[in-house]
Amino acid sequence: MNGGQNLKMVKNSLGRDIPVEIPGLGKFEPYTSPFAYLERPIFAPARERRPIRPGTPRRDKVTDDIKKAVERSGLENGMTISFHHHLRNGDAVIPTILKALSEMGFKDLSLAPSSLPDSHDMVADFFRNGLVSRLFSSGARGAVGKAISSGELDVPVLLRSHGGRARAVEQGDLPIDVAFLAAPLCDKYGNMTGSGGRSACGSLGYAQVDARHARHVIAVTDELADYPLRPRISVPQYLVDQVLLVDSIGDPAKIATGAARISRNPVDLRIARNAFDLIAASGLLTDGCSFQVGAGGASLAVAACVKDYMAEKHIKGGFGLGGMSGYMIEMLEQGYFQAMFDVQSFDSAVTNSMTRNANHMEIDVSCYANPFNKGCVAHNLDIVVLAALDVDADFNVDIQTGHDGVLRGAIGGHPDTAAGAKLSIIVAPSFRGGVPTVKESVTTVCTPGETVDALVTERGICINPRREDLIKSARAARLPVKDIRALKAEVENLTGVPDSPEFDRSRVVAVVENRDGTLLDSVYKVRERKKR
Amino acid sequence: MKEKNEAMTVTPPRKHSCRSMLYMPGNNPGMIQHVPAFGADSVLLDLEDAVSEREKDAARRLVSHFVREVDFGDTLVTVRVNGADTPWLEKDLEEIIPSGPAAVRVPKCHSPEDVRHADELISRIEGEHGMPLGGVRIHAMLETAHGIECAYEIARASDRVEALTLGGQDLTADIGVQKTRDGVELFYARGRVVMAAKAAGLMAFDTVWTDIDDVEGLRAEAKLAVQMGFTGKAAIHPTQIEVIHEAYRPDHRELRRAFRIVDAAERAKREGKGVISVDGRMVDGPIVVRAFSLIELGRLYGIEEEADIR
Repeated sequence: MNGGQNLKMVKNSLGRDIPVEIPGLGKFEPYTSPFAYLERPIFAPARERRPIRPGTPRRDKVTDDIKKAVERSGLENGMTISFHHHLRNGDAVIPTILKALSEMGFKDLSLAPSSLPDSHDMVADFFRNGLVSRLFSSGARGAVGKAISSGELDVPVLLRSHGGRARAVEQGDLPIDVAFLAAPLCDKYGNMTGSGGRSACGSLGYAQVDARHARHVIAVTDELADYPLRPRISVPQYLVDQVLLVDSIGDPAKIATGAARISRNPVDLRIARNAFDLIAASGLLTDGCSFQVGAGGASLAVAACVKDYMAEKHIKGGFGLGGMSGYMIEMLEQGYFQAMFDVQSFDSAVTNSMTRNANHMEIDVSCYANPFNKGCVAHNLDIVVLAALDVDADFNVDIQTGHDGVLRGAIGGHPDTAAGAKLSIIVAPSFRGGVPTVKESVTTVCTPGETVDALVTERGICINPRREDLIKSARAARLPVKDIRALKAEVENLTGVPDSPEFDRSRVVAVVENRDGTLLDSVYKVRERKKR
Repeated sequence: MKEKNEAMTVTPPRKHSCRSMLYMPGNNPGMIQHVPAFGADSVLLDLEDAVSEREKDAARRLVSHFVREVDFGDTLVTVRVNGADTPWLEKDLEEIIPSGPAAVRVPKCHSPEDVRHADELISRIEGEHGMPLGGVRIHAMLETAHGIECAYEIARASDRVEALTLGGQDLTADIGVQKTRDGVELFYARGRVVMAAKAAGLMAFDTVWTDIDDVEGLRAEAKLAVQMGFTGKAAIHPTQIEVIHEAYRPDHRELRRAFRIVDAAERAKREGKGVISVDGRMVDGPIVVRAFSLIELGRLYGIEEEADIR
């Protein structure tokens, strides 16, 4: 199949070519609009029911033998295995398990982690030795991204948002055979939590969905707690088949990084100020408001501005959502918000907070962002502030491909919260390393522009023309509102227009799925430039 | 944005507000390109203290290029050159003046001679490049005890001088004291600089607040600068701009009264009356002038009419 794939392509509503069928992955519908799924019947999945395993009283679930645990799981070639990415760059579970499976001679597995951390370059080695033939993920970076973009996997990678993955797992599009779930603290019957143990990581929101739907669940731990685990249980024992005790599930220093600090970069601070001004002008910052913000770059600085404003105006927010940072927890503790919903904890400041504070609540990723359940929290959100690699004149956002065309990011909850929030703001510097952020057309659409309300840069605020109301409020507040094409021209005047990367368009290496399972875009093999 | 004056004899007040002057190291293109985004009233591209000896040539070329080529938007562009006591002043002026900044800041003005020397050099360069004579103004920086005592003579040394600026760091060293948080040691110098500048019809700029983390300290010092009559204050970090602008925000009560004064003045003019009173008090010429300038200042904060004051 290398070389011409001969996929039948159609254009979706964004004008992007997407395959209607991919051998090895199945048939796909093209994306039409953010909430098109509301208008068509969604049939309850005809999924296989999980086999009920009669419970043996006082069964000993603990083993320290990886290979025996794998044998008992019934894993076979061609099956799908899953992992969560709560241990981030400190994770040792993915490499340990893949190495063991490789030694056991497995081939042709589908790897379906909730995402892959930056540090997991070794996964590319398992593409090459045939252990992993298909990848389902939220993102691909480093050596893994390079391997995919250079066409090392025959079957295109399927990239999904967090909410989209939860939907796929629950709907049966992504059936998981064996879930290997890192458990920082676990008792012998498989009750586990991330709020404790030397490798504490906070929320286990991604693991909770896999634990409910995988055919076989193995908790992987390096710290056995007395039974019963207390006071918090993230994944209960009745979902767990085995407890695998290993020497180490990861490097605590890389799991619980130091608290993210507010940027001091003047450009980031300017962006944050502009973003905050837009939030204030939107009128959404009132009692009971809800708010999500990332932990990097300008994002925390936006949170700091929001906090000052709430203090000054005596506003008490409803809830904060998302990847939870220490800064957000501080806002909870200081009474700025009533509650925090935590699907993933970002820094060490939050790892023990849930055991101390009942209003810091762990939620699973379906509750966070699955568009097909009976109501996810992302759909209750007022304001979300999101980062981006590139944005185009139609406000489509790329958070996946770098300027060289190679996969280097992760979609995460970006499209889910952008679609759900009343106000979705993308914050980004107007150019990075001399390359403008606003493109005529982004390389890969990850979040459709229809769900994005504004791009905020240090050089001005570009509001989606669909949001006439917001443009009006921003102008009334005398904010530096700019047409997105005017900003693009202004920046290109400084930087010039760099060449686009070259792709082999006959070879699709990945597809990006919208939250509802339709396809947003295709990612193509990067053509290597001849170096001089 | 860059106004050129036709004759050297006139010293028109700048239309441009100059509440904040942001220092930018002249050897940092990565930051200079972001200047328009920071919202400072003016930028001060620095070739002096921020640039090490080894980088003087490169920075000079870079700044000259930036001033020539880059659109700084609404930000007034000035350049701090090296002082007369260095081997670089003449070279700096030769490359910077033709690029056409609004003004050059001449550091360490010790006596009127220093200003006249710079003025002669600039005039020669303007002439050689066919530029209008006197177009590039001088901001004379006073940072020695002697300079402070010569403030008025320096202000009057050339028609090219547009502003006096206080250099607090060097001055405290020169008079052998510590710079303290409340700045009591600079009180006399501040007063002297403002008075000399105002007497000569010039702008006066206050020194920098060096502790970036101490926002409250900056806030207090900026308020002091406003109270004492400074036109603006230098900033060493973009985050300081907003604090400085806040200090210059006109008091709402005072601004309301300014609107009433201007109103009454215009009515009196229409009706041919010479004397006006507002709120039962007599109002004379200087008060009307100040009311106009206060309203002008209010515009920078989005206040166009009395109804905008909330």
